[in-house]
Amino acid sequence: MEFLSDIASLINSTLRISTPLVFAAMAGIFAERSGVIDFSLEGKMLMAAFVAAVGSYFLGNPWLGLLLAIIACVSLSMLHGFASVTYKGDQVVSCVAINILIIGLTTALAAAWFGQAGLTPTLNEDQRFLEVNLPFAESLRDVPIIGTIYSDILSGHYIFVYLAYLSVPLVFWVVFKTSFGLRLRAVGENPSAVDTAGINVFAMRYKALAINGVLIAFAGAHLSTAVNANFFREMSAGRGYLALAAMIFGKWHPKTALVACLLFGFTDALQIRLQGVELPAIGEIPVQLIQAIPYVLTVVLLAGFVGKAIAPNAIGQPYIKER
Amino acid sequence: MVSPILELTNINKSFGHVHANKNINLTINKGTIHGIIGENGAGKSTLMSIVFGLYQANSGTIKVNGKEINLRSPKDSIINGIGMVHQHFMLVENFTVLENIILGFEGELVFGKNLEKAKKDLKDLCDTYKLNIDLNSTISDLSVGFRQRVEILKSLYRGAEILILDEPTGVLTPQEVDELFKILRSLKEEGKTIVLITHKLIEIMDLTSEVSVMRQGEMVGHTKTENTNKEQLAEMMVGRSVLLRLDKSEVKAGEVLFSVNNLTVKDDLDVTRVKNVDLEIRSGEILGLAGVTGNGQTELLEALSGIRKVESGEIYLEGKKVSDSQNFLDPRELKDKGLAHVPEDRQRMGLVTDFKAYENLIFGYHDQQPFSKSLVLNHRDIISHSKKIMEEYDVRPQSPNLITSNFSGGNQQKIILSRELNENPKVLLVGQPTRGVDIGAIEFIHQRLIDMRDRGAAILLVSVELDEVLSLSDRIVVMFDGKIVGEKDNKNVTDRELGLLMAGVV
Repeated sequence: MEFLSDIASLINSTLRISTPLVFAAMAGIFAERSGVIDFSLEGKMLMAAFVAAVGSYFLGNPWLGLLLAIIACVSLSMLHGFASVTYKGDQVVSCVAINILIIGLTTALAAAWFGQAGLTPTLNEDQRFLEVNLPFAESLRDVPIIGTIYSDILSGHYIFVYLAYLSVPLVFWVVFKTSFGLRLRAVGENPSAVDTAGINVFAMRYKALAINGVLIAFAGAHLSTAVNANFFREMSAGRGYLALAAMIFGKWHPKTALVACLLFGFTDALQIRLQGVELPAIGEIPVQLIQAIPYVLTVVLLAGFVGKAIAPNAIGQPYIKER
Repeated sequence: MVSPILELTNINKSFGHVHANKNINLTINKGTIHGIIGENGAGKSTLMSIVFGLYQANSGTIKVNGKEINLRSPKDSIINGIGMVHQHFMLVENFTVLENIILGFEGELVFGKNLEKAKKDLKDLCDTYKLNIDLNSTISDLSVGFRQRVEILKSLYRGAEILILDEPTGVLTPQEVDELFKILRSLKEEGKTIVLITHKLIEIMDLTSEVSVMRQGEMVGHTKTENTNKEQLAEMMVGRSVLLRLDKSEVKAGEVLFSVNNLTVKDDLDVTRVKNVDLEIRSGEILGLAGVTGNGQTELLEALSGIRKVESGEIYLEGKKVSDSQNFLDPRELKDKGLAHVPEDRQRMGLVTDFKAYENLIFGYHDQQPFSKSLVLNHRDIISHSKKIMEEYDVRPQSPNLITSNFSGGNQQKIILSRELNENPKVLLVGQPTRGVDIGAIEFIHQRLIDMRDRGAAILLVSVELDEVLSLSDRIVVMFDGKIVGEKDNKNVTDRELGLLMAGVV
């Protein structure tokens, strides 16, 4: 039984750890399917974490914090669009600028407002999201198997965890089953075909970026107002890049991107679980080595197993109508 | 009774300093096939892109069915019944035919009822015009000819009454051209109006009932096709009389400069593409190599120019062995020995299209005096050399600093030719010298090749244009399935005879 509950807790943390990755990967799918590279998932996630924490702190309601985070991230996406869609700047440069700006901005604002560089005050229970216990979780806990799956694995997560996994089929449906999705995919493959069909290429890319901003805001709010009760410096810790890698590994497809996110989340959960554990014959593995697992896995997967990851054909190219 | 369906009045369009369309007036009658002919860069495509709403005119009015319309985007044109098949197809390659056609005209937010209706409507359209397209196939699996049909079907589905086709035959095989013309004629029967943009005189004479001629951004004439002929149209296009047949002097062949003995070559997939080929080219003659595309000409040319490894056999330059399966000279060494090569695929192998014209004009010679002195490029000499050579070869525009991809196909070809011919090579290998090149430039390029020959060079001309092989060559060999299947003296050969050899019948 010890073993079973170990597995259950490992899956439980995998789901939790993967949540921001899933939001970010879905956000990335919208931007990149429309032909706009989004390296700035990292910066936007950090911005959302900061704005959500500060918003909740001042307004006393985490939902208002989330709303402000959405507004902030959509604004950043629009900034990216303004530079790289309207003014046809280099998309990677625009993203890197956003990432650097946000690291400095969040640290500086925290220092100015709260007197601590890169740290916001701890939120009380009213100001943050709490774990959601699914109905009957307590009474089913002792039922074998079902109890483990329902009460130990599925129940007791933050709202964002549920939203993240619900967003995947929703994104799939939008991208592959609606006319918006058809246009979205077309504009990332051959914008000229979209233009000659009488659709505004620039408007399509801005719409995609707006959705991208909304989704990434959830990832940031999850970090600072759910799993943690405050914002701290660089708390996104490379998750934006990891999500981008997962999206590429998943070939810009929501389902496979989800699998990749879960894989990254699982290695991270495993890494936490393995810390301090004595393995037979090997002894205790140094923490640094264990912590490197997710990153090593990323490199190995991207280098070796992706195979032909075919990016949207027009990705990274600004659309120029007249010669 | 003829009634105008499309009327353009005083259309003007400039791109920066370039005045692409000057005061264009054009009337197109309902139910006709109307040709618009002109050289590359004459402004035909720009004009039709304005009609399609892709570009906005600086001034002028457009009327459809007598009503003035304001075209701000292709959407406005499509609503007014204008459809366009672009030279480069506007298709998403990893979408299905169906997805490409409904794009922008889905008629519903979530796919469902309208999608089924679209499938039915498209099947009916396919039947009416005998298009024979499978709606579920992916574009990347389709041949060029079928992709073009998808474009036609797309326009029809979107309700086109006027169908504009921009250089539709440039990428098609002769059989596909026949099929296309059949489709276009049946569209006309059904009352559609067709605008055919082309620079090929034969298509105009074959298909159209009316023709308008453009030259350097201006409309220089309108006429009924039955009242004109190829020579007259060519003169209007170019602005001077054009020799459609070449004048050339009697051949004065000298000693053998270049020969190939029992040559066999494999392609990248390890398939033998050139099989035991023997060739001999003498000083002062043009040897034409005819054949249907894909019969080993490409691999032969690559092996002869040192790009591709020789499997067996030998190549001799001026009697000295330069290549066999063991030792071979690379293109650079061959170049130093006086062999020049104008590759078949000019944009992939002949030029770096993102580079400036002057850079492309010196490639391969860039490390020689006076272009380069002790590792540093001599910018001033390169530019003055480029200006001189661009004038000599009539490359337009004469701007060495312009990016090469901004030149028309004919002018890009002139850039390569001028680079290779300027060094006075002893042996010249030319692949498809006039593919995608307009008529004025064709005449110029042919004349230059004849001049080279008269100066004593040995020239191998590889071309899929039978007319070109016939008018330039002194001797003709035909290649089929990697083998030389026949050799003819140009004086006593008919294109019928060659055609049979090319098809592998004889």
